[in-house]
Amino acid sequence: MILLRALGLTLLFLMASLLPSNAAEADLRAIIAKFATGTGFSATEAVVRELAATGDPLVERPLAALAEGNLYIRKADSAVFVGTEAGDSVALLDPLSGEKSAEAAKADITKIKVNNTLRRVIRDALGTLTLRAKDPTVRIAAADTMFKTPDAANIEPLDSAIAAETDANVKALFEQARAASVLVSERPEADKLAAVALIGARGDRDALSLLTSVEANSQGAVKDAATAAIGSINSSLALWDAGQNIWYGISLGSVLLLAAIGLAITFGVMGVINMAHGEMVMLGAYTTFVVQQVIRTSFPGLFDWSLVIALPLAFLVAALVGLIIERGVIRFLYGRPLETLLATWGVSLILQQAVRSIFGPTNQEVGNPSWMSGSVDIGQLAVTWNRLWILVFALGAFAVLLYVMKRTPWGLQMRAVTANRRMAASMGIRTPWVDALTFALGSGIAGIAGVALSQIDNVSPNLGRGYIIDSFMVVVFGGVGNLWGTLVGAFSLGIVNKFLEPYAGAVLGKIVVLVLIILFIQKRPRGLFALKGRAVEA
Amino acid sequence: MRGNFSKITKMFSASVVAAGLLASAPARAADDTIKVGILHSLSGTMAISETTLKDAMLMLIEEQNAKGGLLGKKLEAVVVDPASNWPLFAEKARELISKDKVAAVFGCWTSVSRKSVLPVFSELDNILFYPVQYEGEESERNVFYTGAAPNQQAIPAVDYLMSEDGGSVKRWVLEGTDYVYPRTTNKILEAYLKAKGVAAEDIMVNYTPFGFSDWQTEVSAIKKFGSAGKKTAVVSTVNGDANVPFYKELGNQGIKAEDIPVMAFSVGEEELAGLDTAPLVGHLAAWNYFESVDTPENKKFIADWHKFIKNDKRTTNDPMEAHYIGFNMWVKAVEKAGTTDPDKVIDAMIGVSVPNLTGGYSTMMPNHHITKPVLIGEIQADGQFETVSQTPGLVMGDEWSDYLPDSKDLISDWRAPLSCGNFNVATGKCGGKGTN
Repeated sequence: MILLRALGLTLLFLMASLLPSNAAEADLRAIIAKFATGTGFSATEAVVRELAATGDPLVERPLAALAEGNLYIRKADSAVFVGTEAGDSVALLDPLSGEKSAEAAKADITKIKVNNTLRRVIRDALGTLTLRAKDPTVRIAAADTMFKTPDAANIEPLDSAIAAETDANVKALFEQARAASVLVSERPEADKLAAVALIGARGDRDALSLLTSVEANSQGAVKDAATAAIGSINSSLALWDAGQNIWYGISLGSVLLLAAIGLAITFGVMGVINMAHGEMVMLGAYTTFVVQQVIRTSFPGLFDWSLVIALPLAFLVAALVGLIIERGVIRFLYGRPLETLLATWGVSLILQQAVRSIFGPTNQEVGNPSWMSGSVDIGQLAVTWNRLWILVFALGAFAVLLYVMKRTPWGLQMRAVTANRRMAASMGIRTPWVDALTFALGSGIAGIAGVALSQIDNVSPNLGRGYIIDSFMVVVFGGVGNLWGTLVGAFSLGIVNKFLEPYAGAVLGKIVVLVLIILFIQKRPRGLFALKGRAVEA
Repeated sequence: MRGNFSKITKMFSASVVAAGLLASAPARAADDTIKVGILHSLSGTMAISETTLKDAMLMLIEEQNAKGGLLGKKLEAVVVDPASNWPLFAEKARELISKDKVAAVFGCWTSVSRKSVLPVFSELDNILFYPVQYEGEESERNVFYTGAAPNQQAIPAVDYLMSEDGGSVKRWVLEGTDYVYPRTTNKILEAYLKAKGVAAEDIMVNYTPFGFSDWQTEVSAIKKFGSAGKKTAVVSTVNGDANVPFYKELGNQGIKAEDIPVMAFSVGEEELAGLDTAPLVGHLAAWNYFESVDTPENKKFIADWHKFIKNDKRTTNDPMEAHYIGFNMWVKAVEKAGTTDPDKVIDAMIGVSVPNLTGGYSTMMPNHHITKPVLIGEIQADGQFETVSQTPGLVMGDEWSDYLPDSKDLISDWRAPLSCGNFNVATGKCGGKGTN
């Protein structure tokens, strides 16, 4: 966003410098100087409006700086500057030309305060000024603002912008913005009806919002047309809503799958009730934090790669801790589920408090790499990149695990030990080591889940607590010992949950899901995909 | 006079110490300090918020000792860890009072932990200083509430949003975590908004569980609610850990503060520390203190804090200021009473006035709540808040909300003749009933 704006600014600046030098520059400076004399938001707003009214593209720099809180007044002489922070001091740039003119300590300048109302006023003002920007994304942003804040005065600049526009997409947006402005103007009814039709065809929430206010403020044919358009938008949005619920459900399912997939090994395959599973996820998240910390201080250019670097490390850290837990505690407790439960619960508390002592109890900031920020619109569906990547990642992790279990000698040994320990041992498999490595594998997978979850959740010592119940729920629901069951269980729980949420609310929705699972387990105690055969009974 | 007096006390106590040391050093040592209990979770879910308060208290006590202690004695902090476990709060409070014989306790964060220790404090007659903003509907003889009551945070925040500066909001989403503070606060706010002429269909109330992390549905519901052609705002009582994913989702779904601002009551500098705040610029919070407040007292407090915690990245926040005010009030009241005896200190507390960190004075009122200014701040890209609005004067904490039918007739006055926390002015009797 900032990059785009900066790009737009430079383009504008270039355009401005190509034009013959503006005689009104002195006037602009006089208006800008008023920022220093007025006090309070309303005074600032008046100056902003005055600047915008000049219609001079030069005012974009000071206005954009003001919106971002970068416009300063020097205390000594009340001069107004655009400031960019550089350590303890601030570099002061000329508000119109953008050339560096001075430097000042933070104490010697005051920031001109802005609030949301002012930001909105500035955004609207910039909208009209950037209609002719070279960068189409800036023009799209301008069209978007003008659509959301229709004003009869916008029609003329939009008309000329439409005439000059060459990009078909941008042109369509301009026409919609013009239609929005027509609706609040005094134009004849026929124009307004055409405008309603145009906006109705747009069909998104912004159109709905605009038409709702039109419906409330007009009479006759326009009101009827607006009502009809609202009806058709609503019915198409209802479909999109269902699609959205499915997507949200899949996305929640992928998070559940990630959290549960390691447990599907330690609990599902080995039968260890591992209450410290969540803490393995937490260790993975903290590994990501440490990796990002090192990158931030030593190799800032690599930041976008931080997650890729963190993945193997998180796997190793969590797998190592898992190995130590198995060798140190769990191997003495095989076949004693209650003691295992208590011991691993204790281990989880120890791990939590250890992390709390080392990193402190507060949340740690794990940044999103640029390719995981923001969202992409598919029709009326906003799909956020981080959720999409987590889905891809969860399925990838699942595929790798499935391959390891089904296609490698190690996986064969694991399954053999699970199926019949004594037989496997007499075939020459070193069962204790297979146990240890299987547990380490499950823990390591939990560790890489932590890398992904650090992108959407808090990185705090409590991170694991939030996932342990859900993970057990998924594994038990899907069928203990069956990886495919975990997959299907995760996604079906996610989708059911997200379909219930809009109607029942998040709290009741969760309760309903739990009740459904209890009923289901009563009916099918072994979950969706039960393992069959003698081995299970043993 | 005063200097002389304190010098005399100091000499006197020094000789007592000396005598004590000569007689039987270990046994008497305990009597020569004043013990102060600190009851904040250092492990479990709430450690994230409460550990900071423990450190802040240790700093305040250390500073007071550097100034010569209290009544000529050194203060000694007794720290216990109730581990975010509500019944354990009551046990640890009992241990502090009966076993360690503390003179006062500073502690608790969640309302449920406060409710769990109340019977202990009234039974053993000791003092609790509670530093967190809360839902009101309570006034106990043994508790001093230094955090904000709803009228010192929620109501002014809503007033700001309704004003022209705040964007003349007409449609409201009340989003909260599902427990007593958000539920009571939202009940008060709903009644208040309706009294201001907001229609029922323009209010949406929604609750999520503790530690909720999947906000997609909620955020898109807010987006949907906001597309009805009227200016919409979210009033968030979402607690602690759930905030980070909530704000991340707002940023990802492109909800900007200019369009739908979120006004939060539980998000402070500490919560923002784990977050990239660039997409959140302009979202709001209402508190009685911001770290960015530019006063000499605050500058000194921040500098002391950084020195004490040996990390100049650690932030300060509103509950820390509440402890700062509460602790200084207690010191002043003990000096006034000349003893740490809880009964006398409780009486001496009322009317005590100490400087707060926002450039004014806070006074303990007869209802055991304090006066504070209310600040509205906007989140900045550097994780700090910029004050955009401030109440012209101090606001007095109102324990029984005027907007709830059950509590509007109740008042609290712990001064001698009345001495009642829930006096019903309609019936003229002590013992009216609030919503809790």
